[in-house]
Parts: sequence; C-alpha cells; structure tokens
Amino acid sequence: MSGTALPSEASAIAPQGFGGMQARSSEALNATPRIAMRNLDFYYGDNRALKAIDLDLPERQVTGMIGPSGCGKSTLLRVLNRMYSLYPGQRATGEVMMDGRNIIAPDIDLNELRARVGMVFQKPTPFPMTIHENIAFGVRLHERLSKPDMEERVEWALTRAAIWGEVKDRLHSSALGLSGGQQQRLCIARSIAVRPEVILFDEPTSALDPISTLKIEELIDELKRDFTIAIVTHNMQQAARCADQVAFFYLGELIEVAPAAQLFTAPRHLKTQEYITGRFG
Amino acid sequence: MSATTIPGPRKDPAAAARLGARRRRADLLLRGFGFAATLLGLVFLVSILATLFWLGLGALNLTVFTKVTAPPGSEGGLLNAIVGSLVQVGIGTAVGTPIGMLVGTYLAEYARGSALGNAVRFVSDILLSAPSILIGLFVYQIMVVPFGGFSGWAGSVALAIIVIPIVVRTTEDMLSLVPNTLREAVIGLGAPKWKMVTLVCWRAAMSGIITGILLALARVAGETAPLLFTSLGNNGWNIDLARPYPSLPLAIYAYAGSPYEDWIALAWTGALIITLGVLGLNILARSVFRQK
Ligand SMILES: Nc1ncnc2c1ncn2[C@@H]1O[C@H](COP(=O)(O)OP(=O)(O)OP(=O)(O)O)[C@@H](O)[C@H]1O
Ligand SMILES: [Mg+2]
Repeated sequence: MSGTALPSEASAIAPQGFGGMQARSSEALNATPRIAMRNLDFYYGDNRALKAIDLDLPERQVTGMIGPSGCGKSTLLRVLNRMYSLYPGQRATGEVMMDGRNIIAPDIDLNELRARVGMVFQKPTPFPMTIHENIAFGVRLHERLSKPDMEERVEWALTRAAIWGEVKDRLHSSALGLSGGQQQRLCIARSIAVRPEVILFDEPTSALDPISTLKIEELIDELKRDFTIAIVTHNMQQAARCADQVAFFYLGELIEVAPAAQLFTAPRHLKTQEYITGRFG
Repeated sequence: MSATTIPGPRKDPAAAARLGARRRRADLLLRGFGFAATLLGLVFLVSILATLFWLGLGALNLTVFTKVTAPPGSEGGLLNAIVGSLVQVGIGTAVGTPIGMLVGTYLAEYARGSALGNAVRFVSDILLSAPSILIGLFVYQIMVVPFGGFSGWAGSVALAIIVIPIVVRTTEDMLSLVPNTLREAVIGLGAPKWKMVTLVCWRAAMSGIITGILLALARVAGETAPLLFTSLGNNGWNIDLARPYPSLPLAIYAYAGSPYEDWIALAWTGALIITLGVLGLNILARSVFRQK
C-alpha cells in the first residue's frame, strides 16, 4: 500500500467539498455515465443524510458503495429509484441526470422510472405467489405479452439469474418455499425480467450463506454486460471482487471514488484508508 | 487495560443454592395458581358444554332439520330457523366483509398516522365493543320504523354492522404485519399503489383476513339482541326478506322462555346446533390461519 497517495491529514478531514478533488469517476473508467449525480442533497425531514454528492454510475459497470453504517449508502440508492417519494417528509435536491432528464424532478413518471431502475433488497422479498407469477407480475405491469412470449421471458430472466435449473420443475409452486439464496436470485430475476437499465443492490448477500453469496457475486459480474449496476456492501472483499469503481461514503459525504484496484491499494484519503484497513466502521 | 476480571464478589455456592431454592418455590407457587385458575375456567366451560349436550342431544334428530317450527305438542323442527339464520348471517357477512376490508385497507395502507385515519379507527373500535342490542335499536330506528315493519333485511343489516368493525380490525392488523420491504419491492418494480395493495398485500395477509371473517361469522351466528328489534322472528316458513324473519337465536330465545316441555327441548337442541356450528367455524379459522 503506498502511503504517498494519501493527502495530508488536514485535507482528509476537511468538512466539505471532496467532490471537486477527484477526477470524475467515469473519466477514470473511460465510460459514459448512465446516471450522473450533481450536488445531490437528501433530507429526512430536517436531517441532511446526503451532502452535495457528485457521482457517476458508468454505463455497464459495477459501482460498489462502501462506508460505515448510517453513512447514507441505502439513502443514495433510494434516491435513484425515487423510493423515498413514498414517504412524506423525505426529499432530495440537486441533480440526478439520466438520459438528459433530472429524475428527482417532480414531473417524472415514477412507475416508468422504477421500471428502468430496478432494486434488490437486503432481505429477499418474494411475493406470496408462485415462482412463475413472481416473475410475470413485474413484466405485466409494463408490457402485454402473449403467453409464449411470457414463458420465454420468465425462462430468460430465471436463466440470467442462475436459478432456472433449480426451479424449472416447480415454476407453479409457491416462491415462499425456496431457500433464502434461491429467493434472492428469484428477486434478481424478477428485477431483470422488467428489463431495467440500472439495477441497485442494497447489501444483497448479507443475509445469505457463503455459497449463495458466491453465486450472486458471479451473477452480478455476468449481469454487468447488460446492466449498469450499483451495489452497497459492508464486505470489502465483495466490493473488490465485484466492483469496477468503488465509492466510499462517510457521514453523508462522498469521500472518494476510484477504480476498485486503486481505492483498495492506494486510497487518496486518510478516512478511506482507515475504513478499508478496518480501523473504524 | 485488563478487563478480564469480572467486578463484584466471587460466586458463593451456598448463596447460589439458597437463591435456587427460592426460585423453585416461587415457580411452584405461580404454577399452582395458574393451574387452579385454569381448572376453575375449565369447570365452567365443561359444565356448560356437558349440559348442552345432555339436554340438546335428546331432541336432536332428523325432524329438527326437516320440519319447521310447530305449535307445542305437534311434531316440529327448526328448519325455518336454521335457514333463516344462514340467510341473514350470509347476507350480513357478504355485505359487511367488503366494507370492513376496504376500511381496514384504508387504515393500514393509506391513512397511517393521519388524523382522519385515527378518527375512523377510534370509531370502529367503539363499534367493535358496542353492546349489540344498541345496534339492534339503531337499525330498528333507521329501517323498521321508516319501512313499517320487521324484516329479514333489517336483521341482515344489523348483523352486517356487527361484522364490519371485526373485519376492519383484522384486516388492518393483518396488513400491518406485511413487511414494508415487501411493499417497497412491489413499488420498486414500477407498480402503482393500488396494484401493490390488491395483488400483493391482500394476498400476503389473506389467511389472516379470512380467519377474521370466519370469526366474525361465528360471532354473528349467535347474536340474538340485534335480531330481536329487527327481524323479530317467524314461526312459519318464510324466505321473503321483506317480512319478519326466523333465526336460530330468536327461536331459542322464544322456546326457552315458553312453558312447553317439547319447545324447551328444541331450544336446547338449537343451542347445541349453534354451538357446534361456531365451534366448526373456529376450528376452520384456526386451520386456515395455520396453513398460511
Ligand atoms: N426513515 C428515516 N428517517 C430518518 N432518518 C433516517 C431514515 N432512514 C435513514 N435515516 C438516517 O439517514 C442516515 C443514512 O442512513 P442509511 O440507511 O442510508 O445508511 P446506510 O449507509 O445504508 O447504513 P447501513 O450500512 O447500516 O445500512 C442515517 O443517519 C440514518 O439514521
Ligand atoms: Mg443500508
């Protein structure tokens, strides 16, 4: 680990405005941003949970988000699909640009946005229906497919989520009977089936065993060929394994974003180094 | 900093033994009281059930289900009362359930923490514990008096009013057990809220809601007071809901108070039938809830 890349301690604990210091992540990774956040603030009532975030999610890349508990990682994901709009009193200001539109603007069609920005949660959330219906449910919200087309889509989604082989003989039994790891892959399949452009993962493996975790990590690697991915994780190895670029958050601020190899070997900020070496968090 | 020693005095085996003995005594005492209280409750329950079977089984035969009520001395059954009960309970539940489910859904999904929601919940809870005779009198005033007579419709409405708050309560309770992450997962796919409620939340809460409906059914099946002022009862065969309507609880009420031996026996049999019916509904409700 090279200590020379670290800035002086004084600048590492400067109160504001780390965003301007680093090269834009997408420039670093040579990819066009699928989503670009500029000066993004988020409030739970009066509590400012995200502070002036500038971050790009590069197209067809995996962005890992790390940071100690309560630093705002989940909050950031919930901005990107406007989940926060369900709750009065939560609001975001600034810009989150996607295809030339600010998706946190009030006139955005939320259902359409959520079809384009899918989400997978920490705990598996299978719907109380059959495996087949779980997948078809989301598809039906946005498309009218003939029966054979729907069958094809269901098989495609389950195959992409690496669970087809395990469920193809029980498509019409309840999804609640699957194991935790299978349920999580089913939820991934359910998100994929809608054919989103971006998929957000909020600690998708923290409730799973090592084997299921491995499967999902492999899956994420495979999915990034088609989707832009953001993954929140507490597991540094996971971030290193899955992510192309990693963003480190602390107390609602984006401290540093860099290609994964760089962030884990030569972090530019003291806080980042302290966190990834396990000195706090 | 060596934090390896536990603060406080060392464990004294004799003191630990004394403490153990005291705990065992306390445990024994509590167990004794619990057992005695349970026994007392069971004595009443068993004696009621035993009396019911003892006196009710005697007159329980096929004619009870095939013949209508008849004057004392002649061979009569309870057919009209049984059918009348089924019809009124059926209509009451059929009317009260959708209203109750919609109100419960409003409370759980749309009005959490809102002032109107709290007011509605409060009123519904009052209605839940209101004496049923009040509900009978209320329906008497709004239906029997204006329409000039007792009727099966009025009885059904009274039962529906009893069903509503029960279903409101269980629907709201069961929906609030549905985890928020499930709701967010539905919304996260781009579903509008009404689809989230009807296609996922209701389904997730279904077994609980059905249990509530069955318990509401069981509750109104035995209601007498609200029918007394509304459908009045009818000793003949009648399925015209615009006229006074027979029902089992009212037949029991009328027969049990009569001086005729055979009517009194029939009242016991009617009571046994209701009890078995309610028991059946409760067992059904439990098994629905358990199979989830
Ligand atoms: N519903 C809420 N209302 C008010 N404050 C909230 C709410 N949810 C989160 N917060 C606050 O916002 C901050 C960021 O929370 P967030 O859930 O985004 O953290 P996180 O980085 O995802 O943490 P974790 O790693 O524990 O999941 C925290 O200080 C938290 O207390
Ligand atoms: Mg979180």
